[in-house]
Amino acid sequence: MAHIDIVDLVAGYGGSTILNGVSFSAGRGEVVALIGPSGSGKSTVLRVAIGLTPASGGTISIDGTPVDYARPAAVAALRRRMGIVFQQYNLFQNMTVIDNLVLAPVRTLGVPPAQAAARAHDLLARVGLADKAGSYPDQLSGGQQQRVAIARALAMQPDILLLDEVTAALDPERVGEVLETIRALADTGITMLIVSHEMGFVREIASQVVMMDAGRVVETGPPAAMFDAPTQPRTAAFMKAILRH
Amino acid sequence: MSAFFSTDTAAFLAGALGRTLWMTIIGCTLGLLLGAGLALLRRTQLRALAPLRLLALLHVEGFRRVPFLVILMFVLFFVQAVAPDLSLLGIATLAVTLTASAYLAEIVGAGLDAVPRPQVESAQVLGLSWWDRLVRVVLPQAWGVILPPAAAFMVMFVKDTALASQLGVVELAFSAKILVNKGVSPLLGYGAVLLLYAGISWPLGRAARLLEKRLGAHRHR
Repeated sequence: MAHIDIVDLVAGYGGSTILNGVSFSAGRGEVVALIGPSGSGKSTVLRVAIGLTPASGGTISIDGTPVDYARPAAVAALRRRMGIVFQQYNLFQNMTVIDNLVLAPVRTLGVPPAQAAARAHDLLARVGLADKAGSYPDQLSGGQQQRVAIARALAMQPDILLLDEVTAALDPERVGEVLETIRALADTGITMLIVSHEMGFVREIASQVVMMDAGRVVETGPPAAMFDAPTQPRTAAFMKAILRH
Repeated sequence: MSAFFSTDTAAFLAGALGRTLWMTIIGCTLGLLLGAGLALLRRTQLRALAPLRLLALLHVEGFRRVPFLVILMFVLFFVQAVAPDLSLLGIATLAVTLTASAYLAEIVGAGLDAVPRPQVESAQVLGLSWWDRLVRVVLPQAWGVILPPAAAFMVMFVKDTALASQLGVVELAFSAKILVNKGVSPLLGYGAVLLLYAGISWPLGRAARLLEKRLGAHRHR
């Protein structure tokens, strides 16, 4: 059974349609990469999945059970097992790094503060920022902030992690450190949906690639096939354009 | 004229000063609380609260578009119909509260809106409750944006409370008129009141500026 199964997802704001029947699934521990041009709806899929943007049709099932996004309790339960990291890190600017990591486990999950702090220190060490626990977000580089954001999502011990263009806002020389963190994560067996324009990285880390355009899935397949022998002309054109530089 | 320099006059002026400060401080503090409530209410999404949101909108827009003197009279006639025992000072303080709440709701709202929306979404997806998001993430960051203009508004409002004299509240401005009617020279009577107004506005204004500097310099803590 798929860990996360998305069927015929439809979503839009006002009169415009952003997702027009998106379907794909990810097995447990699988890394699925969503690629495609800007505005194709990749990020919206993630936002709908975690309940930030309402869908107007379709279903998302976790372990075979459809999530009822209209029920706040169901969304709350979902968010205990699904985390998201955004392009712009979005760390709480009024708190130190360690407080960013401790807040939600303590307040949402009821983890004892000492235990949450110990776990937070472990996570910071894992993303290579053990010495930054007492820093404020604006004292860190973009890459460091993004690694803290990943650690903050992991502090909730999710079994599904959504990564929304997490390297897009970074200086080129900072991209590597964040990708390294994600690479290490992929080996831990967490299920990941990744929206990314880092094609080399996608090819290396993803078990499945979903090519989207204009709110639809154009083509799905393993990275090697998608990159080297796409069956759809739209995918071929996108690959050609993006791999040219 | 000799009557001016007496303990009676001093006590009279002190009482008037007290009423001016009471209206400003109590009225604006209650107004800040009410205004914060209105600002938060207006930013809720729950469909069930839509009628309350409309009321909040009418309150904020309405009280900001009517002269304070008219609000004073409106409150006077309304309160006298429902609670005839409330003192004139109480009525004036209520009018200050209502007016201040409308302006402060906008100031608090601007502060809330200054906190980047994605941070609030992050708090949401981490499962934090509405209250936790407000108290732990939004307010600590909105505070620095809210306080300086809120303090400036309060300092300005000290002067507007003079209009309560039209209700018969013996606050500073009215006390000067009474003294002059009693035969005190206008220069002395109004001069004393002028100094007292300046005496409270100046330190309040300085405190507001200090606050602004301090909050601007140390964003953390």
